[in-house]
Amino acid sequence: MNVKDAVCPFCGCLCDDIEVEIEGDRLVGVTNACELGATKFLGGERLKSPIRREGKAWKEISYDEAIRYAADMLLDAERPLLYGWSGTHGEAQCVGVHMAELVRGVIDNTSSVCHGPSVLAIQEVGHPGCTLGVVKNRADLLIYWGSNPIDAHPRHLSRYTCYAEGFFLENAFRDRKVVVVDVRKTQTANIADEFVRVRPGGDYAILSALRTIVRGKTDTIPRMVAGVTRDQLIRVADLCLNAKFGAVYFGLGLTMIPGKYKNIRNAIELVTELNRHTKFTISAMRGHYNVYGSNEVNTWMTGYPFAIDFSRGIAFYNPGETTAVDVLARKECDAALIVGSDPAAHFPRRCIEHLAEIPVVQLDPYPNATTAFCKVQIPVAVTGVDAEGTAYRMDGVPIRTRKVLSSDYLSDEEVLSRMYALMQEALKR
Amino acid sequence: MTELLVKNAHVIDPLSGINGETMDIAIRDGKIVEEVSAAAEVIDARGMLTMPGGIDSHTHICGTKVNFGRYMSPEDMRAGRTPRRGPMHATSGYSVPTTYGNSYRYSVMGYTTLLEGAMAPLEARHTHEEFTYTPLQDTMANTLFDGNWSIMEAIRDGDVKRVAAIIAWTLSAVKGFGVKLTNPGGTEAWQWGKNVSCIRDPVPYFGVTPAEIIRSVIEANELLHLPHSVHLHCNNLGTPGNYTCTLGSLGLAPDLNPRRQTLYATHVQFHAYGGSGWKDFSSKSEPIANLVNMRPQVVIDMGQILFGRTTTMTADGPMEFNLYRLHHEKWSNHDVELETGSGIIPVIYRRKNLVNSVMWAIGLELALLTKSPWQCLLTTDNPNGAPFVRYPEIIGLLMSRRYRDAEFATIHPDTGSRVPLPAIDREMDWYEIAVMTRAGQARALGIQDLGKGHLAPGADADVAIYPIRIDEVDPSADYQKVIDGFSRTEYTIKRGRVVARRGECVVHGSNSTLWVRPKVSENYDMGKDPEFVEKFDRYYTVRMSNYPVQEQYLNRSRCIETETEL
Repeated sequence: MNVKDAVCPFCGCLCDDIEVEIEGDRLVGVTNACELGATKFLGGERLKSPIRREGKAWKEISYDEAIRYAADMLLDAERPLLYGWSGTHGEAQCVGVHMAELVRGVIDNTSSVCHGPSVLAIQEVGHPGCTLGVVKNRADLLIYWGSNPIDAHPRHLSRYTCYAEGFFLENAFRDRKVVVVDVRKTQTANIADEFVRVRPGGDYAILSALRTIVRGKTDTIPRMVAGVTRDQLIRVADLCLNAKFGAVYFGLGLTMIPGKYKNIRNAIELVTELNRHTKFTISAMRGHYNVYGSNEVNTWMTGYPFAIDFSRGIAFYNPGETTAVDVLARKECDAALIVGSDPAAHFPRRCIEHLAEIPVVQLDPYPNATTAFCKVQIPVAVTGVDAEGTAYRMDGVPIRTRKVLSSDYLSDEEVLSRMYALMQEALKR
Repeated sequence: MTELLVKNAHVIDPLSGINGETMDIAIRDGKIVEEVSAAAEVIDARGMLTMPGGIDSHTHICGTKVNFGRYMSPEDMRAGRTPRRGPMHATSGYSVPTTYGNSYRYSVMGYTTLLEGAMAPLEARHTHEEFTYTPLQDTMANTLFDGNWSIMEAIRDGDVKRVAAIIAWTLSAVKGFGVKLTNPGGTEAWQWGKNVSCIRDPVPYFGVTPAEIIRSVIEANELLHLPHSVHLHCNNLGTPGNYTCTLGSLGLAPDLNPRRQTLYATHVQFHAYGGSGWKDFSSKSEPIANLVNMRPQVVIDMGQILFGRTTTMTADGPMEFNLYRLHHEKWSNHDVELETGSGIIPVIYRRKNLVNSVMWAIGLELALLTKSPWQCLLTTDNPNGAPFVRYPEIIGLLMSRRYRDAEFATIHPDTGSRVPLPAIDREMDWYEIAVMTRAGQARALGIQDLGKGHLAPGADADVAIYPIRIDEVDPSADYQKVIDGFSRTEYTIKRGRVVARRGECVVHGSNSTLWVRPKVSENYDMGKDPEFVEKFDRYYTVRMSNYPVQEQYLNRSRCIETETEL
């Protein structure tokens, strides 16, 4: 049996044109997906049941036991951390927020180690953006800045930008110009009409130089800025000013370098300035398929996109203090629930050392680096494969992922709802 | 079976023709009934003003742009925080509260039904998700068609039935309630960084004019027999001299529906400006109100501003960019492929600012100069003019000349020469306020037959009981009592149970979503129209099969099926 228009639960592109082939209870073929997406659909060896650490060994336990353990752990904790959320559906994220509120915990998602700085910049200067289809149908200039879609978001170019059919472009491929700004010659740089190779850490200066040129103060630009010639900067500024519709897509190459959110702020202000001359938009290349959904859910439920601390009953937000990395590095939290992410693979060593010292429960279909730090891991269904639910694409478009396979695994939402019910019951008593 | 009896209530229920009678209201299983058994729970409402639950016919509470208003504004979130308490979750936000914040604060003010003013079809799922977390009100969404490519093409081809068919397909797919046009044509032009100047200015590429869009969509709306009329945010919002454009737009509406208006024009305050620039900016509320007075087919809402900080948000992307260039605050924009757009900026309306002072006067003038309260409803275009928690202040201003004069004395001294407000003596009465805050909304939205906006047997048991003794309070003098009374109900009853009591919400609640499914013949099913399907496949970035909002997203779905002429 083939299922059409399945939704890929890998990256923020959230491609919804995937065809999967099902034989019995197995997924045997994937069409239209990129390699990353196909691998996610085809999956790997999953945990068969929840496991609990007993000394140096793992013991298989029931879902009831595992859920009870997690509920008790959170109820006993003085400063629980509920982290991850980008790799699960919105319905589960909503339960997570209610749980954090109930136990006065800190809830944070993976933005705190990816596009957190972009959120901070947006909170200072706003965000001129659009849905991906606006770019697909109109853009004649694309700027990939500190992002490398060919490797990280493989279908971004073909489905939404350079190679996608555009209503207002006669020959989309030929009529669009591509600028790539990066510190090294990436795969994406190979297809650029203009590759701007910046000296590491020089992005802020380049953005300021472009803003200066757009404002007509070209004379003040030195011959070289952060390894880039003035001539090239003028060429890029001209491309921007002469475009009918320009779109900037930036990645961690801009957010996670020195200057952090100031870089994003500068990029947004460049785009805002360009809107006085032509049409320009800017957007973040979000990583996890539903990291943006986690920001959205947190925002409508608590007021803030990430890093929310309920310890005083109200929702309190102070990135740098209430972000997961900081709460762990200060050795504050005394229990952690990890959902839909793998902090042990991404967090600084000090944070992981603390994770090793406190009880940790993880919800994940697969063993991962964080498994090594868990007391209990609860395998769940994979959203988009054997569970369905809402995900928000990198541009904010919500799409319902499909359940293409049946399995006995519970979804994140089911596991969390049972956990939440136990917690509510315990607190009533 | 659950029964409730509200005894000795002092009732104003305009749709039932009741103006200040002391009576009992019997409720069984969420509905108003003739009588209940002796076992019913009793609420003594002696001497308290009792009305149908409040209805907001134009507010921004849920969806992509509202949530982005929160996302970009931690300073606003910090300005309104409450902890988890009883069945109430924690809330944040002042001008753009979290969903629970909206729901609790509206409930405390006696509001039980809310219409989200602008939902982009492509992002409808988001609006419905937030509705689920707005548990104490029934919800519905106006759906944006202002920059819809297929509709503009059908208009260019002169095919109004096709316009109607596209609206029918879209409303059913996205579980929308009404048809919204926000700066028709302008939102498409803005995707090129342009705008349309007024209703005769053609939309780039598509060649149709806003006037053609407004007229065709009105006709299509009536072919589909939708409960609500077309809901229009006129072109040219916020610019000096825009009143001529507004008069032209309102003048386009024929009188096609005997049960309600044919055109609902929203937040008209922002569209009633005279002058050729900011220097000679002035009020043109009089010609607008005069036109409304002569045309029963038009209903407007105020879009009142109040002084202080708020957040502006609208599908009108180009307008927000212009506003950004005036205020130089942070600016967000979000264009939506093939459909519409949106923009957000925070603003502060200041008494010391002449333009803001004139704007303040215009909203009040529109309400006071429109003879029938059924034709000018109370809104702030929440949160654009002011957050909805400030509605009671507007009620106070409409009911008290003294209060208006006191406020007028504090605003920019040159305002008097530019506005007619100081010469207006009218003071509205309780009945008129009831019309402007619930009955008028129910009629304008076409939901009175669904049991909204009145207290006759069969109606939904949505009731607001205010701690105001209307026979003892002189609103003209005691306006502060009016404001306090409308700020906090003694009881808010939703679907037959008490949901809020003296400022506290007492249950978790569960909303219903009202949406429309027009029944069209096979020939007009756009889901099977080859041209429509091909266009969708080629130019949207979401597959057509993934576009419709699944029923799972509707909490207590209330589908309104309409018989159509297609």
